[in-house]
Amino acid sequence: MKHLVTILAASVSLLASGASAETLAITGGTVVVGDGSAPMEGATVILRDDKVVAAGRNITIPANARRIDATGKWVTPGIFAGFSRVGLIEVGAVSQTNDANASGSVFSAALDVQYAVNPFASPISVSRAAGVTRAVVSPSTSSNIFGGFGAIIDLGQDSRPITRARAFQFVELGETGHRRAGGSRTAAHILFRAMLNEARNHASNPARFDSDLMKASDARALLPVLNGSTRLLVHVESANDILKVLDLRKDFPALKLVLVGASEGWRVAEEIAAARVPVLASALNDLPAQFEQLAATQSNIGRMKRAGVQVAIGMINDRDAHQLRYSMQYAGNLVALNKVPRASGLSWDEAFAAISSGPAEIMGMGARLGSLRAGRQGDVVIWTGDPLELTTQVDKVFIDGVEQSLSNRQERLRERYRNPAPGALPKAYDR
Amino acid sequence: MTTRGWLAVAVAGALASGCAATAAERDTASASDAGSDTSESAKTPYPSTYTPYPSVDTAITGVTIFDGEGGRIDNGVLFMSDGKVRAIGGTETEIPAGAMQIDGTGKYVTPGIIDIHSHLGDYPTPSVAAHNDGNEATSPVTPQVWAEHSVWPQDPGFSRAMANGGITSLQILPGSANLFGGRAVTLKNIPARTVQAMKFPGAPYGMKMACGENPKRVYGNRNRLPSTRMGNLALNRQTWIDAQDYQKKMRSGKPPKRNLAKETLVGVLEGEILVHNHCYRADELKQIIDMSKEFGYKVSAFHHAVESYKIADILAEEGICSAIWADWWGFKMEAYDAIPENAALLHQAGACTVIHSDDENQIQRLNQEAAKAMADGRAMGVEISDATAISWITYNPAKAMGIADQTGSLKPGKMADVVLWNGNPLSVYSRPEKVWIDGALLFDSADPSRRPVSDFELGQPGEGDVK
Repeated sequence: MKHLVTILAASVSLLASGASAETLAITGGTVVVGDGSAPMEGATVILRDDKVVAAGRNITIPANARRIDATGKWVTPGIFAGFSRVGLIEVGAVSQTNDANASGSVFSAALDVQYAVNPFASPISVSRAAGVTRAVVSPSTSSNIFGGFGAIIDLGQDSRPITRARAFQFVELGETGHRRAGGSRTAAHILFRAMLNEARNHASNPARFDSDLMKASDARALLPVLNGSTRLLVHVESANDILKVLDLRKDFPALKLVLVGASEGWRVAEEIAAARVPVLASALNDLPAQFEQLAATQSNIGRMKRAGVQVAIGMINDRDAHQLRYSMQYAGNLVALNKVPRASGLSWDEAFAAISSGPAEIMGMGARLGSLRAGRQGDVVIWTGDPLELTTQVDKVFIDGVEQSLSNRQERLRERYRNPAPGALPKAYDR
Repeated sequence: MTTRGWLAVAVAGALASGCAATAAERDTASASDAGSDTSESAKTPYPSTYTPYPSVDTAITGVTIFDGEGGRIDNGVLFMSDGKVRAIGGTETEIPAGAMQIDGTGKYVTPGIIDIHSHLGDYPTPSVAAHNDGNEATSPVTPQVWAEHSVWPQDPGFSRAMANGGITSLQILPGSANLFGGRAVTLKNIPARTVQAMKFPGAPYGMKMACGENPKRVYGNRNRLPSTRMGNLALNRQTWIDAQDYQKKMRSGKPPKRNLAKETLVGVLEGEILVHNHCYRADELKQIIDMSKEFGYKVSAFHHAVESYKIADILAEEGICSAIWADWWGFKMEAYDAIPENAALLHQAGACTVIHSDDENQIQRLNQEAAKAMADGRAMGVEISDATAISWITYNPAKAMGIADQTGSLKPGKMADVVLWNGNPLSVYSRPEKVWIDGALLFDSADPSRRPVSDFELGQPGEGDVK
């Protein structure tokens, strides 16, 4: 139990402290709470310090509040990226800047992204400027089916990005798991079971732990997965692989499973719903990119939702380090499906929740993040219009109640080359 | 996830080219040499067998039209007949009796969308090793390979591109592992048993070239030329010098033995084959421009060109198109300075702008990519009309591919390659409702029998689904 206590202590959140103690009233905008309720025109959002105090119509504005007029604009919770590698990678193909996996490490489940997330990475500032304020950050795998601990982060400009360290463990049990385990799903499943059993052995007698399968650190890392105190995010795509993951709870009843990817989830949606396993699904996969995605369709999320599955949008292996700004576009595309005969989409309200409160709730953070309900962290975005529409721009971003800089390398380059020809001095002097 | 043109260049699938054996010993007929064998099959082997499917005289009324060349007509009429656009205009437009009429109220019409950069068919899905047919990565100089000899017509990506993206024509390129990747082919996006039945009749060939990281990484890792950017240029230039020599011999009274690689290169030098050059950095774009001048050919379009905005003035002056993504960045070093306003800054400078996909998913949303690029431009103060943004994915790519006289805009007499959208195509909430290729209705979102299903998907889970 000692280890469990240590882990729980370590995962106590490090929510950034509100640097500016003030009360803020954002008035007159179309307010989206983010919990699946409909947008409210002419509504107000009140922030005090780092928290949301209220959001809605007919709200009394405190006398001391600084006012921001959002008339004609939309006000929403910040976008919550349901699955990403943001902050782990600066330049994808430059290995020194890529901390998503560790192919040369002897460790697996014990790897922990909290030590690698770089709050000053360009993808953080670019995503922040697009309205993304929180993200699930997962390791990927290289030499084992387990990738290690992932975290929930904020995308604020301060130096403390970790909202919740060790928020989950990540494992591959589809085609990638087959490859990592040695070339078969049979190997992946026996490895999974063997490693969890070793974690149990380690817990019962740490001093005598001696495994030819894994390091003690990895065994310790898997104990909270085994006892259900840490979520296990499982990447699978095919209907059959999903069913086999749901079956894992016959052997390990405490597992707190979350499916990631799940392109064929719609084919077994009733089973997923009955098992009460939530899903962070890819939004627009519709090609048989691999054999495990033969039945992929953009209607996947809509069909799962209709079947009662708790589902939100994640972006696994889909430019998930650099392009979290696609979140709004993806949600908008699911709304577009409502006009396509025989397709199954999401309502606008559901689609926005799928990139705000939805992922927060799936990650067990719904009481603190993902919406503008009272008491949530003050993550707010003011947009020039409908946030899911392609032509809409971000006007202001607040994280933990603090207004954020929207500047980044891309914006600086744009300004330098607004007129490409050099002036009186070379471009290098133009800043 | 995409690892096609820009990254995955490792697997070398040997390309069997034995089919050309009968022609192998035959002397090449140069364009000016009427005395040699100039039969059609010798000059254009693997000829297009595409013929349009049956069409019905159709008029779309009350619709908002983007004509592809920057024009917009509200409450417009489009009439097509015999596979061609016949009339386009306002309410006064005459509709012959007997034509089928579609009420387009609240809807939009554009020319069929054109993707100038695709690997559908040569890197098809499923993306298994057996399907890696896009890079002949066994030598940095392979102008002798033709992408069409790799294209698998059963790639399910073709039908997705039509149904979700309104794609009616597309250029399939070899990958970017090599400096000279080989010939590209332009296809009508028509489901077919053979690639010949997809080939766009009369479209000029393209030739894929690549500069920068990919070739030097692939061959540098094997300790051979090129391992540096200067090595890239050296091998490029020597290859052109050898091609000029071959061209000279072809023009002499005694043509040399046929050389497939050199035939393609000479085709470029003589302006018959269009160069599509994968290149990211502004400084390298300028090197390539100077190389093209050194050897007297023209680059039709720089592809990817994430730093075009840094030299937009030069590209405008040279008349070279940039075929770019709206917002890809950061996946490798030479993509680090990409910005979402690239298209807008090119447009502002008067340079030719094309939005491309290089991706089996984003080809389904090229309209949305154009919309994002337009919106980011407007946000920085560049004036861009909706109709202009549509030209980035219709007329401009057609121009850079040499097919603008046949498709890419809704001018009377052109191919009736047409998309009817259920809303403004620059909105995230809009999708193709109907797609016509040469006047034939090949996709209808309301009619499951007008949705193509490739052989690969037949009998599989999800067959015929809305996708």
